[in-house]
Amino acid sequence: MKKLFKPAIHILCLIPLFILISDWLNDELTANPIQYLTLSTGKTALRLLTLSISITPIIFLTAKRDLNPARKLLGLYAAFYAALHFSIFVGLDYFFDWELIYETILEKPYVLVGFAAFSILSVMAVTSTKGWKRRLKKKWKPLHRFIYLAGILVTLHYIWLVKSDIREPLLYGAIIALFLLLRIPGIKNVITKFKNRTDSAKAAEA
Amino acid sequence: MAKIRSSEITPEEVYLNRRKFMKGLGAIAAVGMVSPSSVLPKNFGKEEELTSFKSITHYNNFYEFSTDKEEVAELSGALTTSPWDVEVTGLVEKPAKFSVDDLKSKYAQEERVYRLRCVEGWSMVIPWTGFPVASLLKDAQPTSKAKFMKMTTLMRPSEMKGQKNRWYDWPYVEGLRLDEAMNDLALFATGLYGKDLPNQNGAPIRLVVPWKYGFKSIKSIVKIELVEQMPTSLWMKAAPAEYGFYSNVNPNVSHPRWSQKSERRIGEFRRRKTLMFNGYEEEVSSLYSGMDLKKYF
Repeated sequence: MKKLFKPAIHILCLIPLFILISDWLNDELTANPIQYLTLSTGKTALRLLTLSISITPIIFLTAKRDLNPARKLLGLYAAFYAALHFSIFVGLDYFFDWELIYETILEKPYVLVGFAAFSILSVMAVTSTKGWKRRLKKKWKPLHRFIYLAGILVTLHYIWLVKSDIREPLLYGAIIALFLLLRIPGIKNVITKFKNRTDSAKAAEA
Repeated sequence: MAKIRSSEITPEEVYLNRRKFMKGLGAIAAVGMVSPSSVLPKNFGKEEELTSFKSITHYNNFYEFSTDKEEVAELSGALTTSPWDVEVTGLVEKPAKFSVDDLKSKYAQEERVYRLRCVEGWSMVIPWTGFPVASLLKDAQPTSKAKFMKMTTLMRPSEMKGQKNRWYDWPYVEGLRLDEAMNDLALFATGLYGKDLPNQNGAPIRLVVPWKYGFKSIKSIVKIELVEQMPTSLWMKAAPAEYGFYSNVNPNVSHPRWSQKSERRIGEFRRRKTLMFNGYEEEVSSLYSGMDLKKYF
C-alpha cells in the first residue's frame, strides 16, 4: 500500500495531461483550442495546488504522516501545469508578441497576479530538492509557506477572469482560506486542545 | 463534445459551392446584381473565409442552456421552437403578434455575411439569412415617444436548463437605440448557412448587430417592445462596470479580462487586430458622432 502511494499520485496528476493529448489526437480541443488548453491547464494547476495545500492540515487533523510525500509531489505537478499554462499564454495565445503581452499585463491585473503566483511556484519547485533544503536551512520552511500566497493570488487571478459567476473560483478560495486558518497558531492550539480532550475522553471510555 | 453526422456537414459544402457559383454569376452578369449587403465591407481588403458550420454550431455562448460553450449544441435540442410567436408591442401604432413563419413570408429573406466578435476575444464569419430590423419597425410604426427597442428572450426553464442558474436575472433582455435598430446592418436572423437557424444559435429568430459584441445579438426572441427609457440588459445588471448599453466593438476601450485590441478568429492560429466597430465603421460611425465612446461603452 505504502509502495503504491507515490505512483498513484503520479498517475493521478498526469491524467489531465493525458486527457488533453487524447483530445488533441481526436481533434476535440473545441473550436477554440488555444483557449481550451489555457483554461484546462490553469484549472488543473489550481486544483493540484489546493490539494497540495490541503496535505499539511489533513496530517494535522488525522495524524496520518504517510501522506507527507504527497504534498511535494502535488506541488511540483501544480508548478508543472502552471508552467504549461504560462507557456501556452506566451507562446501560443500571444505568439511571443511582447508588445501585446506587455499591454495586456499593464491593462489587466489578473495577468500580473497570475504571473506573480507562477513566479512563486517556480521558486518553490526549484528549491524543493533536498540539496536546497539543506542550503536554505531555517529559511526553507518560511519560504515554502509562500504557497498560501500563491493559492490566494491564483484564486484572485481566476475570480478576475470569469465572466460574472464567481462561485467556482470562490470555492477554491474558501478551501485555501480554511486551510490557512488552521495554520494560525491560536486556532491550531484550540483544535489541538479539543483533539486531546476527545482523545482522552475516548481513552477514559475504553 | 458531440460529433456531428456527416449528413449535417454536406449542406456546408453545397452551400459553399452555391456561393462560388453565385459569385461567378455575379461577375459574368453585372456588378449591380449582387446585393451590396451580402458583400463584406471594403475596408477589409479581401473576402474573408467563412467559419465552418461545425464551429458556428458547436461553440456557443447561450447561457440559457449552459455556461459551457461545448454543451450548448446538445442541451439546446430540448427547446421547442414551433409554434413560436413574436410579440411587437409598446410604443407602436400597430402592435402585433407574428409567428416566425409569418415573418419569414412577410419579409424577403436576405443573405448577410457578417463578422461576429465576442467580448471574450474570439471571432467568426457567419453567413446569416434574415431580414432587416428596420423593415419590421417601419411596419410597426413606432410613436414619437419611442426611443429604444427592447427585446426579450423566451423564459422556459423546463427546456432552458441554464435559466435555473439563479446567478443571472432571467429572462435575457437586450436593447438598441431606435436609430441603431434602424441601421441597415441590424438584422433579424432566421437562418445560417442557408438553413433554418439551429437551436444553439438562437432559433427560431435572433438579432444580429455585427458592430457590437456578440452578447448584444439576443437569441430566441419572443418580444420586441418599443420604449421611451433605455432598457437595462441582463449583462448590464450582472456586471455594470464591464458591460455598457452600447457595447460597440472598440479596441480602445479595454475590458478587465479579455484583450479588446486583438482577437482570435476561430480556425486561425495567430491573433488579429480588432477593428473599430468590428470593421463596420463606415456603416455605423455616424450613429455615435459627438459621443464619448469611452464613457458610453
